[in-house]
Amino acid sequence: MLEVKDLYFSYPTGLEALKGINLTVDDGEFLAVMGQNGAGKTTLVKHFNGLLKPTKGEVLVDGVSTQDVSVAKLARNVGFVFQNPDHQLFSETVEDEIAFALKNFGFEASVIEKQIDWALNLLDITQYRKTSPFMLSGGERKRVALASILAWDPKVIILDEPTIGQDHQQKEKLQQFIMQLNAQKKTVVVVTHDVEFVAECNPRVILMTQGKILVDGKAEKILTNPKVLAQASIVPPQITKIFLELADLGLPTDVIDVHEATKILLNRLRNRS
Amino acid sequence: MVVIETKDVTYTYPGATKPSIENVSITINKGDFVILTGPSGCGKTTLCRCFNGLVPHFYNGKLEGTITVADLNVADHKIYQLARHVGLVFQNPENQLFALSVEKDVAFGLENFAMPRDEMRKRVDWALQIAGISELSERPPHELSGGQQQRVAIASVLAMQPDIMILDEPTSFLDPVGAEKIFEVLSELNKKLGITIILVEHRLDLAAKYANHVIVMNEGKVALTGTPREIFTSEKARLIGIGIPKATKLYQHLKQNGVELKAVPVTPEEAANLLREVLNRA
Amino acid sequence: MSVFEGFKFRKVSSVVHDLDPRIKFFFVSVLFVMAILFTKLISLTILFFVPLPFVFMAHVSRQWLRSLRGAMFLAIFIFATNFIFGYFYPTSFQQITPPVDTLMEYLVILERAAAMTLRFVVLIASFSVFFLTTSPDHLGLALQQSHIPYEFCFAFTTAVRFVPVLADEAQTIMDAQKARGLELERGNLLKRVRNYIPVLIPLIVNAIRRSLELAESMESRAWGASKKRTNLYALKLKRADYILFTVSVLMLVLAVYVWLYVSIPSLTALLSL
Repeated sequence: MLEVKDLYFSYPTGLEALKGINLTVDDGEFLAVMGQNGAGKTTLVKHFNGLLKPTKGEVLVDGVSTQDVSVAKLARNVGFVFQNPDHQLFSETVEDEIAFALKNFGFEASVIEKQIDWALNLLDITQYRKTSPFMLSGGERKRVALASILAWDPKVIILDEPTIGQDHQQKEKLQQFIMQLNAQKKTVVVVTHDVEFVAECNPRVILMTQGKILVDGKAEKILTNPKVLAQASIVPPQITKIFLELADLGLPTDVIDVHEATKILLNRLRNRS
Repeated sequence: MVVIETKDVTYTYPGATKPSIENVSITINKGDFVILTGPSGCGKTTLCRCFNGLVPHFYNGKLEGTITVADLNVADHKIYQLARHVGLVFQNPENQLFALSVEKDVAFGLENFAMPRDEMRKRVDWALQIAGISELSERPPHELSGGQQQRVAIASVLAMQPDIMILDEPTSFLDPVGAEKIFEVLSELNKKLGITIILVEHRLDLAAKYANHVIVMNEGKVALTGTPREIFTSEKARLIGIGIPKATKLYQHLKQNGVELKAVPVTPEEAANLLREVLNRA
Repeated sequence: MSVFEGFKFRKVSSVVHDLDPRIKFFFVSVLFVMAILFTKLISLTILFFVPLPFVFMAHVSRQWLRSLRGAMFLAIFIFATNFIFGYFYPTSFQQITPPVDTLMEYLVILERAAAMTLRFVVLIASFSVFFLTTSPDHLGLALQQSHIPYEFCFAFTTAVRFVPVLADEAQTIMDAQKARGLELERGNLLKRVRNYIPVLIPLIVNAIRRSLELAESMESRAWGASKKRTNLYALKLKRADYILFTVSVLMLVLAVYVWLYVSIPSLTALLSL
């Protein structure tokens, strides 16, 4: 679905943000791009919908190079949910907001109606159909923004730091929602520095630092490797920290989930006694 | 010694149909490190603004009950009078910095107090040093990272030497490493300078170890108040849906399965030590 | 918008940068007055060279030239207008009897048009040097010490402080809307203007939200606590400032004297001798 071949990118100011990225994301994969602020995560994913074009190298979306395709055209297949919903909300009603992209992409009126209904339902905001988005709370605005991106049912969905400013319950709901999207065969790419969130979802993880991919693998392998995490200035998940401290007792260290942790500890205690 | 006390405080924003906070009665002692948490919209932000006078003086609206901060009745004193005792650091670092250099921002409050220049210079340098940003003193805010900006915001409040500092989700926009640095600075302010800290946070995993008092709000009311260990193990807290630290969750899962650790852990280090004991005993 | 580069402050260490902005402003104002007083090409040409040493001392030649380049368009317009006006209404020139037919008469009109254009260029050149070598910080401080109410000085420096922030935000908003299929580069003029609404509205709404947060922060840091604020910095006049001030006053005196008593010949008159 997404192919990155030897990608180099420098900003007009001269800052070299990406230094030779090679990556393949298959259809229906769930990928978390992690790293410290400034590692190049957002810069990388902005290449997937053409907002940034490679300085050197190539980015292919569904086999087509992004170099000569407009953002609007790429956006048809790649939905990008920005960090701050207030950077996109502008319409008089939630309905209009959701219809915006659909109109831009030239959908027919009847299809637009159907998609709006579907998107409102999906994000549980049907009751706000005729409300002004500016009247809604922060969490609700985020759902409107999400609905307006999902409305055109893109194959790939990119979320840039979706957990920022969210309370615990909102994070849980978001997590379930993302897993659901992935279950519906959508390719999901999440840019985040929220280790606990990634630990709960256990996706494929690429860890970036200083414009390069440090390591690429399953969350439970990467988030439990303290050496690699230290290089990227990432702190391991809380559960992993516990098991890393107890490594000398012969317990496994690649634990990221609290339920798995409970099982392992109970087994150890039962076997001992 | 009580440093903040609220009695039956109910506040409604102008034009709102129902109050944002209702019948809030809490007590905070000098030197406390309080974590104020709860789901979005529970009233924590409104309550913070009651402590420094933004409510009711900046927002107007209807305020019932009394709020006493550093022995001053908030409703009877202007915001700039309260500013001598209580400082407020906000969520978005960018929108708290107005000057074109860091040290000018840190001096802002002192300039407002008409402090003489020499004294101001000393105070500014002191605040920069404690916040760990002395080398950034002449930089413009736009060139700084979010974490650095937030430390400038803290320094500019610290320079005014308040007895109480309130921080409303200061680490929202920061990565965990940046967040940790902020908490360390706050811990120093609390332990070394005796400043009472009130921290509004969702990321209890990171912040819990610094606090001695947790207040949980829900739907405008105070739902729970107590020590971190009491709150994190309470069923009510779990139902309200706050982000209980994983270490505590592990403790609870084990307890449900018949294994009880000697104490309630709040941090991974505490959990590891307690588990080690249990595993070695077996 | 390269013409703006000619007015944007550049942080360089130079004597000119260290001069007190109030004195610099006085100097530039004197140049302004002199440009108004003089109408002959010769005197205006001399005046044009006056800011040059400052430009070189401040190492801002490249940016300064950009401001001149930016002024080119308007300069050509002024030249053309003056020339055409002079051609059709030559009675304002004493040496010319209508209609305009001799070479000498054409030269007189040309010289007048050139003089007017040069006057404009001198103004741009002088103010450009001022803004290139005066930091907004210093400017705000100068305003304050000139007893302008603090509210205005504060509004000024805060506005300047947020210019790069708003510029970044505008870019982010454009990216976010492009990612929803908005095409900003296509369509006729009317359509293009309409397409900017989804960019302007979030920008304005966010600016208002931002002002509210700023106001909260200001109040919380004791805004209004004292009738007379103190200041961390103070502008102190140094020897270089006194020298420049004296030079400016002398220039002004000389200019007034010349204007009153000395009749400067026109270039054409000189050439015809």
